[in-house]
Amino acid sequence: MHDDDDSPLRVENLRKAYDGKPAVDGLSFALERGECFGLLGPNGAGKTTTLRCCLGLTAPDAGTITLLGEPVPAHARVARERVGVVPQFDNLDPDFTAAENLLIYGRYFAQPAAAIRARIPALLEFAGLASKAGVGIRTLSGGMKRRLTLARALVNDPELLVLDEPTTGLDPQARRLIWDGLKKLLDQGKTILLTTHFMDEAEYLCDRLVIVDSGRIIAEGSPRALIDAHFPVSPSSLRPANLEDVFLKLTGHELRDG
Amino acid sequence: MSLALPALSRRALAVWGRNFLVWRKLAVPSLLGNLADPMIYLFGLGYGLGGLLPQIGGVPYIAFLAAGTVCASTMNAASFEALYSAFARMHVQRTWEGIMNAPVSLDDVVAGECLWAATKATLSGAAILGVIALLGYVEGPLALWALPAIFLTGLAFAALGLIVTALAPSYDFFMYYFTLFITPMTLLCGVFFPVDQLPAAVQAVGAWLPLSHAVDLIRPLAFGRLPGNIAFHIGTLLATSLAAFWIATALVRRRLLK
Repeated sequence: MHDDDDSPLRVENLRKAYDGKPAVDGLSFALERGECFGLLGPNGAGKTTTLRCCLGLTAPDAGTITLLGEPVPAHARVARERVGVVPQFDNLDPDFTAAENLLIYGRYFAQPAAAIRARIPALLEFAGLASKAGVGIRTLSGGMKRRLTLARALVNDPELLVLDEPTTGLDPQARRLIWDGLKKLLDQGKTILLTTHFMDEAEYLCDRLVIVDSGRIIAEGSPRALIDAHFPVSPSSLRPANLEDVFLKLTGHELRDG
Repeated sequence: MSLALPALSRRALAVWGRNFLVWRKLAVPSLLGNLADPMIYLFGLGYGLGGLLPQIGGVPYIAFLAAGTVCASTMNAASFEALYSAFARMHVQRTWEGIMNAPVSLDDVVAGECLWAATKATLSGAAILGVIALLGYVEGPLALWALPAIFLTGLAFAALGLIVTALAPSYDFFMYYFTLFITPMTLLCGVFFPVDQLPAAVQAVGAWLPLSHAVDLIRPLAFGRLPGNIAFHIGTLLATSLAAFWIATALVRRRLLK
């Protein structure tokens, strides 16, 4: 345990291979309290594997992970008491209503039912779902489900939020709503770890980010600093350079889902 | 594959509680559904065949069959819950994945599911026991001791079922388990007729199967008698439960924590 280490998440030299192929190949980064940190990369770059390792859901082959002061995976369960997770794929509980989803999820944190019930209206309000408390999950739109998943991740009032592609599949309006919510959480002092492959999302939300390819970090810094470093002059005379230009320059133009 | 002993915490009860709350929404139809099928068999075979048969072991055939039906229904209820329902939560709905992002370990999830399937099997077995008691096929206060025996039977088949779930690529896979294991067991373990009607070699196989031990415990208790070899039957069911739960946990870890 690093008592002097205030980083909510510190990853050092993380390695994980599947069938001999490295998915994560010596990754190191550390989050600062209160920031939004982006983990960017093409499909198959190792982002989700990294998150799984950080949450203690996969044992790394090598490296050390310290999550909220606890060694992972050894004490992952204790560390997760203070983490909120928005997974890449929807896993809301389809057998329950929106409010019941929050109530049931709070029980996994051993919270007393009365304490959770007291928080549910505020959580639904935050998610813009105040009128949907008693509605079944199956009737919610994609954007509503994502917002409810975000509210569910806040049921334990976490210090660190881990979001794996939180806006994939959403329309621009729904993405904006999620972004506004995340900005509010950052204003409250929460730390966010975000994976995405929307460069506008990373540019808008992230204080710092790393670009990962083939399990390795190939660039890191603030969105502005990365753009300035790689494109002192814009590649287009019609618009300023953006993070997507940097991403494509560094990771190439070939498709990665083969 | 990690054969580490399951590490359990009280959070397993939150997983049990989740399933209980879903069940409670549909408790009455669920119980009636669990009763209908065995009752149809009981009355169909009990009256149809019972008229042709002399008494078996000093009781009318329908009473003999009633006690066997309690055992078979407990087995079936535990198996259905641990196979189809648990598979839906593990694989289709990703409910387990959501739970594991909270401070609940996968071992706790498997334990909660196992306990729940045993609970549901107990509700099912107890409902049938209640009905046949009302019909006068159960005798004496000793019959109440059939309840813990029913729970233990449920536990053994829940744990066995979870092994199959951990290995299943899809729902279709469960057909093998039912046709190759559950159905033969129903015929070889003395549910419908005394096992001494079978050839000695087949009897020897049947005696190894967990349902035999359930039948040998529950039928005498239902008739108000103390079962023979009681410690052996309890011990076998308990050992089956623990060993199967251990294997199921290891297999589920291999499947989900990679």
